[in-house]
Amino acid sequence: MESSAIDQHVKQPYKYGWSTDIESELAPKGLNEDIIRLISEKKAEPAWMLEWRLKAFRNWRKMEEPTWSNVTYPPIDYQAIHYYAAPKQQKAPESLDDVDPKLLETFEKLGIPLQEQKRLTGVAVDAVFDSVSVATTFKEELKKYGVIFLPISEAIREHPDLVKRYLGSVVPTNDNYFAALNSAVFTDGSFVYVPKGVKCPLELSTYFRINALSTGQFERTLIVADDDSHVSYLEGCSAPMRDENQLHAAVVELVAHENAQIKYSTIQNWYPGDEGGQGGIYNFVTKRGRCAGSHSKISWTQVETGSAVTWKYPSCILEGDNSIGEFYSVAVTNNHQQADTGTKMIHIGKNTRSTIVSKGISAGMSQNTYRGQVKIMKGADKARNYSQCDSMLIGDRCGAHTFPYIDVRNPTATMEHEATTSKVGEDQIFYCQQRGISEEDAVSMIVNGFCKEVFRELPMEFAVEATRLLAVSLEGSVG
Amino acid sequence: MLEVKNLHASIDEKEILRGIDLTVQPGEVHAIMGPNGSGKSTFAQVLAGHPGYEVTGGSVTYERQDLLEMEPDERARAGVFLAFQYPVAIRGITNAYFLQSAVNARRKEQGLEELDTLDFAEMLEGKLEMLGWDDSLIHRAVNDGLSGGEKKRNEIIQLAVLEPKLAILDETDSGLDIDAVKAVADAVNNFRSPDRSFIIVTHYERILNYITPDHVHVLAGGRVVMSGDMKLALKLEAEGYDWLTEAAGVA
Repeated sequence: MESSAIDQHVKQPYKYGWSTDIESELAPKGLNEDIIRLISEKKAEPAWMLEWRLKAFRNWRKMEEPTWSNVTYPPIDYQAIHYYAAPKQQKAPESLDDVDPKLLETFEKLGIPLQEQKRLTGVAVDAVFDSVSVATTFKEELKKYGVIFLPISEAIREHPDLVKRYLGSVVPTNDNYFAALNSAVFTDGSFVYVPKGVKCPLELSTYFRINALSTGQFERTLIVADDDSHVSYLEGCSAPMRDENQLHAAVVELVAHENAQIKYSTIQNWYPGDEGGQGGIYNFVTKRGRCAGSHSKISWTQVETGSAVTWKYPSCILEGDNSIGEFYSVAVTNNHQQADTGTKMIHIGKNTRSTIVSKGISAGMSQNTYRGQVKIMKGADKARNYSQCDSMLIGDRCGAHTFPYIDVRNPTATMEHEATTSKVGEDQIFYCQQRGISEEDAVSMIVNGFCKEVFRELPMEFAVEATRLLAVSLEGSVG
Repeated sequence: MLEVKNLHASIDEKEILRGIDLTVQPGEVHAIMGPNGSGKSTFAQVLAGHPGYEVTGGSVTYERQDLLEMEPDERARAGVFLAFQYPVAIRGITNAYFLQSAVNARRKEQGLEELDTLDFAEMLEGKLEMLGWDDSLIHRAVNDGLSGGEKKRNEIIQLAVLEPKLAILDETDSGLDIDAVKAVADAVNNFRSPDRSFIIVTHYERILNYITPDHVHVLAGGRVVMSGDMKLALKLEAEGYDWLTEAAGVA
């Protein structure tokens, strides 16, 4: 009774599953040094960048795809993917007027209008379509504050010194299999530099859209906050519904210098596959932040509702004394989705603090895993960690798993860990209904209450979006 | 207002209610008493539409509607309220937000404008004043980490705010000390009115000393085995249930 009741909320179709009919320029399928040269050439990159990519590629070829995660998927044929796909255009657009209206329409339909009169207030957006950035809003306004917010391919050309200094400094090219792959073939993403003492006046945001068939998206994002600066950044994403699985392997690097703060939020809504588990995005992502300076702070907030398989661990390396790392996560899996996600907090500096709040919600036949590591190194006197991992099950055919790894090498450290598992039960729903609240509203209320500690960390503009998204991904899971 | 005829219900194919008859007129207060396992709580849950129970026979008419055909939330919006014996916790949702949602679900159905947070707060404040209670529970999560007494008090606040036509109290007095029982009884007395009826399910006569019921029914073996007035409750208090279950021929 309960599972059939609870299963119906999940039937809502994926809202962003349409595709844009636009002519694409595609690199031939497959991965070899020529393809990498082609990508580098398309991006008009300097020679050092090409060398960097080739080195990563040579490393990648020696590496093996890892299998330790709690997810299963058929082997990926890396030679069957287009590593570059871009909408055909005469030349790089100088302004929005030169951008293909179909692309502007695409982003408008996704709720990300780019035109000056319609664009979101208070949020600067970089819109990435397949392998290229289509437009970046408020670029000029940000420049006045010295804030650089550019597609990374542009930053490589215009700010080579900054990029050279920081790219790969947090996630080395040989860090792991997917990071190496990304380093070899990354096509676009955003670059942010906030100079000393500047509090970035706008929310920065990148929206990633996969459109072309049989392509992979390999985004690369690099955010550097110099001394005493603040920045809040948000990424969003979606993809058309397709029967095939598409690979998205991103690398995100954050560097916070002395007293700097970076808040990085993600609303991940890649196509999750259909009810039978056909199609969907493989989301294999390496995200890491380095609190390089003392009193610096990096905060990751993620709301993961999409993708067929998610595999990511936004992490913090707490090098600077008194630095702070935070990880707030809501991961929702439904139907046949699998998520293995969590964080790593590496305490190196003295008095470093980290907070982990993870909320996993599983419905349908999905599997949801929290995997987290807290490591207190020898010199990290009086380091503190607080971890809280809560799992919620909707129905009785899904699974929730928690793997906390703790490694303490300094006796002055303080560690706290709490974990709970609960079930959205018939009784909770009945209780709400008995007060006049419909079943669907009841489920959404129960789930939102469960996620509250994470949602309140999101920038205000997006907290509402996250709440709505959650309701949509669970709609039909009760009936 | 409510007419229950020959109601049968079971859970996991085990029959609990075996033909209940009960008629409640507007403004009346009915007490349902009975030993453990007599079906009192099941009866309350079935009236509210708990999906765990299967109604296998009989009928329930509420304000000329077939109550059994209605979804639990439809029954609630039509004015049926159940104060739960074991109120359920909802983390991260405050009582205020929960109640506002419940009130607005009703208003929406009635074609009224939904109350915004400020209007609702004002309304809530009025109700608390009437109850003579402070607002300490209102901003806490629904039944999350509340004591037994606080949970019961919270149910009464909900009753006050939702203004049902038929309020069913399922052992609201169980586990409460005498002062708390009195407080609950005072609240019920406060909300008695010619067009609001109460069904008070209780194991003990105690609470009935403060809420004088119009009718007292005794349930045993899933049937009403005796009906009367307050005198019946007093007799049960003095003599227990044994004489009655024996007389009715149920174990």
